[in-house]
Amino acid sequence: MNETTADISARKAWMGLMAKAPAARVGALLDGACARPDFKWLRPPEVGSVMVRGRAGGTGAPFNLGEMTVTRCALRLASGEVGHAYIQGRSKADAEAAALIDALMQTGQAATLQTAVLDVLAADRAALTKVRAEKAAATKVDFFTMVRGED
Amino acid sequence: MYVAVKGGERAIENAHAWLAEERRGDPSVPELTIAQIREQLSLSVNRVMAEGSLYDPDLAALAIKQARGDLIEAVFLIRAYRTTLPRFGASAPVATADMACDRRVSATFKDVPGGQVLGPTFDYTHRLLDFKLAAEGETPPAPQREADPAPVPHVTGFLNQEGLIEEAPHDDTPPPDLTREPLKMPADRSLRLQALSRADEGFTLGLAYSTQRGYGRNHAFVGELRIGTVPVEMEIPELGFAIEIGEVTLTECETVNQFTGSKTEPPQFTRGYGLVFGQTERKAISMALVDRALRWEELGEDDTGAPAQDAEFVLYHADNIQATGFLEHIKLPHYVDFQSELELVRKLRRDVQSTQTKEAAE
Repeated sequence: MNETTADISARKAWMGLMAKAPAARVGALLDGACARPDFKWLRPPEVGSVMVRGRAGGTGAPFNLGEMTVTRCALRLASGEVGHAYIQGRSKADAEAAALIDALMQTGQAATLQTAVLDVLAADRAALTKVRAEKAAATKVDFFTMVRGED
Repeated sequence: MYVAVKGGERAIENAHAWLAEERRGDPSVPELTIAQIREQLSLSVNRVMAEGSLYDPDLAALAIKQARGDLIEAVFLIRAYRTTLPRFGASAPVATADMACDRRVSATFKDVPGGQVLGPTFDYTHRLLDFKLAAEGETPPAPQREADPAPVPHVTGFLNQEGLIEEAPHDDTPPPDLTREPLKMPADRSLRLQALSRADEGFTLGLAYSTQRGYGRNHAFVGELRIGTVPVEMEIPELGFAIEIGEVTLTECETVNQFTGSKTEPPQFTRGYGLVFGQTERKAISMALVDRALRWEELGEDDTGAPAQDAEFVLYHADNIQATGFLEHIKLPHYVDFQSELELVRKLRRDVQSTQTKEAAE
């Protein structure tokens, strides 16, 4: 597949969304949208780790902070499209669902899955993020001056 | 000296069976689920992830259950599991400036852009036992207020504008990894930060406290403390581009320290840095203080001989799994070692006695 910059940024967005989705959510949405197509494993689901890095002082030299669990897999649909998944955690079923959607997003079903899966995931996430940000905002300190001393 | 002996299999089996029973406790009390531990003992889960050096809340919760709440034992279980995982790669350094902050406070500037956001903190609680928690009840939802979508910049950036604080210039040197190469001295700052981030909280806290009390004095202000989530991005070779592979909660602490200048550096504020998995603010603040103390050499400060300035002392004793492994092994059978010690002490006593008898005779 010859990917343009726009294709890549769209694919990055959906892969990232699925990587961060709650357990079992991606598969449930996929099954609600369409029947699962036939596929062959190129790389069966595998649980591993990724070393997360930070930067000294937030902006300086990188250092190894610690690992996180990640599950990855790759598959090929009977129609030829290849789907990849790298998702957080240890769920092989979630990785399989994510790779299927990654492959199906390269087919004629892309528009269906965009609305039935990806837009839903994005909306779930936006709602959660908004609630958390608003709870944080409610704990923001409003300073007011009680007494200002005279020189 | 080691001599293999057999025996004790049945005793060990029975001890493990009893351990399982004691772990469960009174069966008339409902059993804890992993989800309950993950959701309701989240700060224990965070500590186990930080010191186990593996971000996976469900695994940490399982480890806590298996360890009967012994957090160092739980860290041990996580470290052991971690070694079984194939490493897929390393992430791009996380961008903590873009953190979605639950909490963000600065002790140095009252009016920082983004404001002082307290978050779900124990600060300002009265530390009185709340007996309402002993009774079951609903928790009322936390109040919400419209949030400002503007980014929350790092506080040290403001001091940087005046040139009053040392910079942390961008650098892309691949960092050393103490999970791959044994810790060696001298340890550069990136290796020290890795070791401190997974170090025992109690040990780090004690060392940090010692610097506040005057051992390797470097008066620290919390320039900024922030807790929140950041996405983790990694380059995927088979795709040829980077994607987000997840999201982690982190606690970041930047201290701002008085510095009157040295042979090599002008008078300015210097910085200590703490970054730890999860909501772990005591640990992150401690890490920043110890990081700053360990930087004495690169800042041209004097070595006052304080424990927190001694990288070898700090880094070789900060890992609670190494420490507990070595400490606890001494309770395992050392019958033969002890037998030879016994022989030695008996011989020394005989020698002393015979010398005394001889002297008395003379």
